[in-house]
Amino acid sequence: MDNAIVATHPHTHETAVAAEHEHIVLPQHRHHFETKEQQREAATFGMWLFLLTEIMFFGGLFFAYLLYRNWYHDAFVVSSNQLSIPLGAANTAILITSGFFMALGVWAAEVQKKGLLVLFLVLTTFFGVAFLGIKAVEYHEKWEKHHIPGAHFDVSEFINPQAYGLKEKPLAPDMAQKTQVFFFLYFAMTGMHAFHMILGVGLLFWLTWRANRGEFSSGYVAPIENFGLYWHFVDIVWLFLFPLLYLINRHPGS
Amino acid sequence: MSATSYTIVNLPDQRTATIPKRNYLNNEDGLLSWLFTGDHKRIAILYLISITFFFFIGGAFAGLIRLELLTPQPDLVASDTYNKFFSMHGIVMIFLFLVPSVPATLGNFLIPIMLGAKDLAFPKVNLLSWYLYWIGGLFTLAALVLGGVDTGWTFTTPLSTHYLNTHVVTAATGVFIIGFSSIFTGLNFIVTIHRMRAPGMTWFRMPLFCWSNYAASILMVLGTPVLAITLVLVALERLVGIGVFDPTKGGDPLLFQHLFWFYSHPAVYIMILPGMGVISEVISTFSRKRVFGYTAVAFSSVAIALFGFFVWAHHMFIMGVSNYSALVFSLLTMLVAVPSAIKIFNWAFTLQKGSITFETPMLYAFGFLGLFTIGGMTGVFLGALGMDIHLTETYFIVAHFHFVMVGGMLMAFLAGIHFWWPKMTGRMYPESLSKLAAVTTFIGFNLTFLPQFILGYLGMPRRYHAYPPEFQVLNVLSTAGATVLGVGYMLPLLYLGWSLKYGAIAGNNPWQATGLEWQIQSPPLTENFIETPVVDHEAYDYEWLAHKTAQEVTTVG
Ligand code: HEM
Ligand SMILES: [Cu+2]
Repeated sequence: MDNAIVATHPHTHETAVAAEHEHIVLPQHRHHFETKEQQREAATFGMWLFLLTEIMFFGGLFFAYLLYRNWYHDAFVVSSNQLSIPLGAANTAILITSGFFMALGVWAAEVQKKGLLVLFLVLTTFFGVAFLGIKAVEYHEKWEKHHIPGAHFDVSEFINPQAYGLKEKPLAPDMAQKTQVFFFLYFAMTGMHAFHMILGVGLLFWLTWRANRGEFSSGYVAPIENFGLYWHFVDIVWLFLFPLLYLINRHPGS
Repeated sequence: MSATSYTIVNLPDQRTATIPKRNYLNNEDGLLSWLFTGDHKRIAILYLISITFFFFIGGAFAGLIRLELLTPQPDLVASDTYNKFFSMHGIVMIFLFLVPSVPATLGNFLIPIMLGAKDLAFPKVNLLSWYLYWIGGLFTLAALVLGGVDTGWTFTTPLSTHYLNTHVVTAATGVFIIGFSSIFTGLNFIVTIHRMRAPGMTWFRMPLFCWSNYAASILMVLGTPVLAITLVLVALERLVGIGVFDPTKGGDPLLFQHLFWFYSHPAVYIMILPGMGVISEVISTFSRKRVFGYTAVAFSSVAIALFGFFVWAHHMFIMGVSNYSALVFSLLTMLVAVPSAIKIFNWAFTLQKGSITFETPMLYAFGFLGLFTIGGMTGVFLGALGMDIHLTETYFIVAHFHFVMVGGMLMAFLAGIHFWWPKMTGRMYPESLSKLAAVTTFIGFNLTFLPQFILGYLGMPRRYHAYPPEFQVLNVLSTAGATVLGVGYMLPLLYLGWSLKYGAIAGNNPWQATGLEWQIQSPPLTENFIETPVVDHEAYDYEWLAHKTAQEVTTVG
């Protein structure tokens, strides 16, 4: 049989009118999709599935947190009082702001406004970095207070809070040990979240660069849309972390 | 539908008595064209080679284990070396062989073609997952070279986080990375099956192979991240020395068990479901009948996947889950046997009144049916609460899971490789040798693992390198069987390799099978189809095949 009609070049229907204008090759339509619509749907669907795996991933941590919170309630309350609500709240506000700009960015891509898109991506990045900066301040504070689990973690402040000027109930030594579990989970959860933010900021730089070349100003918006989903997901994880780690069970006088 | 009038023509297609001049194998040359390929078929071949490599590494450790167990005394290696042997055997076999086996090789190769698509939805992600597989594999090998792991493949805490001074972190990192490889494969399959089906390829016209891989993909996507985070915690705990799992530091090892088995029970189905898909294709083809109860078989895959998430705690009966929850989990475990049984019965009904021929893939499929049934039934024993407490951690368990996974999955894998080899390579293999290999494997397998049921029943514990002398006869039998089995696995390596150059030309459809993959040339073109096919018939429609004209063959392929 004669297969000569099948092109050896795989990009049979790849044409990008807009691209020709700007003399750059845009990877807009990949050869194995029948239509652009199909490609866009596949990308979005894939992104949702990926976020589902992320939910399961964080889910393991949340499961551990809830279990231990129940068992070591007192230790968790005391430890959670050591976190700074102002810093946490500031971070929440900052992250919501960055999410807002990201949403505007997706809109800008859809209405094909290149300048606005770049602007909104830059703002998103700015607030993302600010979030990470505050996180670094918080981590540093934990270091100074000997709240980093492992080598130089110090429980004496929980056994004898008065000596440290704290108004907490003193904990029995073995319960005081459990504060380490809290801080371990605190670092694991916020660390995992921060890691996602760092990846996100890296991707934002890349997307901004591409947006600036005009790649997303011609109706091809899947990468921006899908990154938007990712960024909102990361926001939402924080919206769970903040109350669980910082707010829950605050009691008067602390 | 009676189907007796069709015969299997195991002869080259006259119209294409040569390997097609252009195909996916020779479309581009050079190592780099392989290492940077986006073609799902080439990636499947890359996986096939890699997986075979790791299978034989895992096999070498099996050999060493059996050699040590030849005598009751611990004469070959010290006990901690022995621990490293079975840990490496388990880790390699599970994560580097069984989990990716059928999906990454046959699934990658076939799913797009079976759906009438040109490729998987995300070719680059597909290639990435092969690289992740290798990076993870190298970490695992590094753990081995640096001094081994002795926790078993389950990384059980607090053993793994506290007491042992081995390379847990390295191995866990390896498994973590391999996990992402499997997540990406699953994700790719799900999106492809949802979004890339050709016109007319409705859900209920899909081959059952696609259904079973679809179900396994759901498990990969939902289960693997939980394993990943668990391993992150194990590694962190080991590095920082903090107790999430370590009881001396306020952690709870039971939490590890929950998280680990939440993945690892479903993982058993990740390992077996794709194999079941292979069996459906093979049995239908060689009995020339549509799979009986197609819809039930399709749904049972999904049912197995979903139920699979609710039974994990049956691995923890002896670890202090409450009596009440143990009872619930025991019942749920029995329930999950139902969809598996549906499949077995439906295959049996398919065979009944079919015009059966015993080509090599069919021999392997029969091997699967026998061994998997035994494995599954002993699993029901274990699900029964009282029995489990007696048999856990004995050789009965070892025999049980080898029956399911090696007797089941490996047989299915070999059935599939033999079935689709002509499509993948364009060549046939020597039939008498391949049949010999199938029989040798079957005999060797039973000789190896049947004695282990008895050993376990008599009370020989697993994971020990020495045992009371009265167990020796059975152990010698088992080791002898392993040798035969080893030969059975080596043979295909030899004759399949040989066939690449000297095998007879296979033609498009050597088995007269109905799937879309058989309507295109072998080996296929890079883009699979000249024109996107329009599907107008059910899966396994042999009437349709009989009436198809030569003209139609050329338009699809
Ligand atoms: C020649 C074939 C094989 C032989 C003789 C063999 C033998 C053994 C033996 C003796 C053990 C140790 C049991 C113990 O002390 O607890 C074992 C464990 C195991 N085998 Fe195999 N095996 C073979 C093939 C396979 C294959 C092909 C797989 C998977 C595809 C596999 C998966 C496992 C697993 C997961 C374990 C548990 C390891 C652990 O406890 O960490 N085996 N095998
Ligand atoms: Cu299980």
